[in-house]
Amino acid sequence: MMRFSTLIRHPAEWMIGGAVDNAVVLTSRIRLARNLRKIPFPGWATATQRREAMDLMLPVIQELRPMKDAFAQSLGGLTAVQKQVLVERHLISREHAARTEGSAAVIERRQTLSIMINEEDHLRMQSIRPGLNLRVAYEALNEVDDALQEKLPFAFDRKLGFLTTCPTNLGTGMRASAMLHLPGLVLSNQIGQVLNGIARLGLAVRGLYGEGTESLGNLYQISNQSTLGESEPQIIEQLERVISQVAMHEAHARLKLLEDEPIMLHDKMGRSFGVLRHAWLMDSKEALNHLSILRLGACLGFFPKETVRLCDTLLMEIQPAHLQLDCGQKLSPEQRDERRAQIMRLHLQNVPSPVTVLSNHKQQQISDSNPSPEP
Amino acid sequence: MKCDFCDQKATVFLTQLVEGQMKKVCLCESCAQEKGVTDPTGFSLADMLISGTPTSAIIGSPIFSKKRPSDEKKCPHCGFSADDLSRVRRFGCSECYDVFRSEMEMILPGMQMGMCHVGKVPRGQEEKHLHEEKMEQLRTQLDQAIESENYEAAARLRDELRTLETLSPGLSQS
Repeated sequence: MMRFSTLIRHPAEWMIGGAVDNAVVLTSRIRLARNLRKIPFPGWATATQRREAMDLMLPVIQELRPMKDAFAQSLGGLTAVQKQVLVERHLISREHAARTEGSAAVIERRQTLSIMINEEDHLRMQSIRPGLNLRVAYEALNEVDDALQEKLPFAFDRKLGFLTTCPTNLGTGMRASAMLHLPGLVLSNQIGQVLNGIARLGLAVRGLYGEGTESLGNLYQISNQSTLGESEPQIIEQLERVISQVAMHEAHARLKLLEDEPIMLHDKMGRSFGVLRHAWLMDSKEALNHLSILRLGACLGFFPKETVRLCDTLLMEIQPAHLQLDCGQKLSPEQRDERRAQIMRLHLQNVPSPVTVLSNHKQQQISDSNPSPEP
Repeated sequence: MKCDFCDQKATVFLTQLVEGQMKKVCLCESCAQEKGVTDPTGFSLADMLISGTPTSAIIGSPIFSKKRPSDEKKCPHCGFSADDLSRVRRFGCSECYDVFRSEMEMILPGMQMGMCHVGKVPRGQEEKHLHEEKMEQLRTQLDQAIESENYEAAARLRDELRTLETLSPGLSQS
């Protein structure tokens, strides 16, 4: 079986884009909720019933072709920091991390597929892909679902579809979501309007970090709210349509900022670069916001293109549990701020100072790194 | 008019159709804010208002009215009760959905866009799915035939239903 350290040593391909265009849409994710017929749902089951359900499901999951040599671990066998690292990587949920014996996580080695046993439902499985690619993520997960259905009696109702602990997941049991980086819409004050529009379509949108309407790092997650009454392809198609529209708005907003407010933009690039390069103490909030500007700059040509990849890697590396895992000990918030700034300085060493991006050169430079509209 | 939650003057009025019945809720500014009624992103208003409502203004349905424990509805399979349902707004096991189907159908419109699953059907259940759909269709036709006193058609439909029923021993749920 794979060790935790092996699993976590490298950032997953989906986190840093791979060969896919992830200038605006960083990742696409599909989650399916499934339950066993007649066995009490995890929240209502006794500890014994939960363990029995796990003993039934775990071997079947480990036999799945993509799960050969996967990381499989009872949550009771993981430390608090290890669980938190998995949460920061979006491989398990916050709720799942709070559980211990009787719950488990199985994670494929490339981290594109992970299955939570006894979370809110008996099974929560997810598939992640870089860029806007919900369809491919769904197809991969659908195969896993088919394979499991041959071995496990899933609870299904003709009218209500797949039966879930919470009725908000009935039907397909599917939550499809994408993570978007929207600094252009934020800086041009269009974000509120766009978010309201998305919400009005019955989709859910929230900041990835931070609370309420505030979003740190200008990262947003858009997902379907309703799971009953539409088929999986219908849900995915609507989401992909909305997401590519938002991505197009973002791309336009970036171009327009460069044209209308070049001084403001150059100033931001210089300041964020300076802070990331020279600060000795940095909290998460400050780090996320400067990384966001650096990432925007890399997409617009202020920094070399590879800097996008670096930003996406750092986005994970600077989170609290990752910092603590990295240095092998528990750190106080102050120690983390110091460590975080140190990592930033180290990684920014080889990034050159921002260049001047002239607006008459802009078309060419941007077309290299910007998302093309969806076909 | 007074707020249903406190004694302040109501300024926000929410009207919702639940099972064909009009339900009206009156709220003051601060209660409306607190219950999220003014939040443009929330579309499950009833859902949010129902939990912990101190008034019967919203719904007088079984899951929301207090009953004596003795006559409380319970899932015979896992022991989950109607009271548990209204408290945690989640279910105990797959069988609960049969036991609390009517309660379920009442709260569903606030949470979901549709009432009926149209997506994936597990392998091996497609046949059963189609079979049950056909049976239900026949049952509806039979009821209609009886109502219109078309006994000839009714007899034919009844026979058809019987044949279908006997055709599906392997498909019945264990």
